[in-house]
Amino acid sequence: MRPARAAAIWAVLTAAIGVPMALAAASDLLAWCGPLYILAGFAGIAALGLVLVQPLLIGGYLPGLSSYRGRRMHRWIGGALALAVVVHVAGLWITSPPDMIDALTYTSPTPFSPFGVTAMWAIFAVAVLAFFRRRLGLRAWRTIHMALAAVIVVGGVVHAMLVEGTMETISKAALCALAAVAATKVMADRLRRGTPRADGNVRQ
Amino acid sequence: MASVALDRRTLIAGSGAVLAGGVSALLLPARAEGLAATPSMSGGSNNYIKGAPIVERIGKGGFWMSGTVRRAGDGAPLAGQRIQIWAHTVEGQEHEKHSHGATVTDKNGAFRLEMPQIIPIFGQPHGHLAYDSGDFKTVFLRPVMRSPKETKLEAHFVLDKA
Repeated sequence: MRPARAAAIWAVLTAAIGVPMALAAASDLLAWCGPLYILAGFAGIAALGLVLVQPLLIGGYLPGLSSYRGRRMHRWIGGALALAVVVHVAGLWITSPPDMIDALTYTSPTPFSPFGVTAMWAIFAVAVLAFFRRRLGLRAWRTIHMALAAVIVVGGVVHAMLVEGTMETISKAALCALAAVAATKVMADRLRRGTPRADGNVRQ
Repeated sequence: MASVALDRRTLIAGSGAVLAGGVSALLLPARAEGLAATPSMSGGSNNYIKGAPIVERIGKGGFWMSGTVRRAGDGAPLAGQRIQIWAHTVEGQEHEKHSHGATVTDKNGAFRLEMPQIIPIFGQPHGHLAYDSGDFKTVFLRPVMRSPKETKLEAHFVLDKA
């Protein structure tokens, strides 16, 4: 890959996550929120950013990262994603327990909550199943992971778009669109290729 | 940029209204006896604190919460009814005591209370209202603002005998 193209890809990725973060950090609303609520909000934005990074890593689209390193980072970032979601939910729970309990029990009046909570469970499910991926078998693991990944991306994107908060609308929509496109591309490629690659995808 | 957010909200609100209209038409056949009681909204009682004092104004004001209170059945306006109001505003969070206040309906069953500007919290700019005086069944409402820039919000109660 030409260096200019490699630099452009990294620049777009940095901007796709950095710009919405920066605009959210400049939001007027922050003045009226407690530190824990702000932390919870930014954990949510970070999680959305990581949902974009994940397909890029596993699809090998990030220049300069070998496929081995890409897969290893995919696992670590997966863990970070689960952690970000825990911080997001815990921070909101402490800020207003009844609102978080409504969301977790799917009884919230806010239309975005069920999408976020469903994506959360899918993230936790992937995180737990990842430890048993060898026992599951490569084919089963891939099928389950891909189905759950689709739930995570759709749930996360719809959740983020419907929330009215510190994120600026255009930069949020751009990040969501990129995450959806990246995930769709990787999944389409994998499905087209059919059987798993024989290059040690799960061995390592 | 604001117009994009507004359009999205309008679209969501519009489709929600169509959906709600369609569903309620299916679920509630026309009732001859008249006005049905307002059901409590989900999440309406979140961060409720019993017995907020009747106040002239909550905090420094700048935002108006208003509405009406009527009787189920004949729709007669109910005067002298205490309505409690709270929200996350520029002056405090929902669970904080100073974010709560109450007012009383006039002879036309209308109420109006000035409070600090509501800001979006938990993903929606919304307020909370309660009728909890006991003469009628308790009702909790949670109206949502069409845009966080709005400086007023309405909520209407139709109360049923306790």
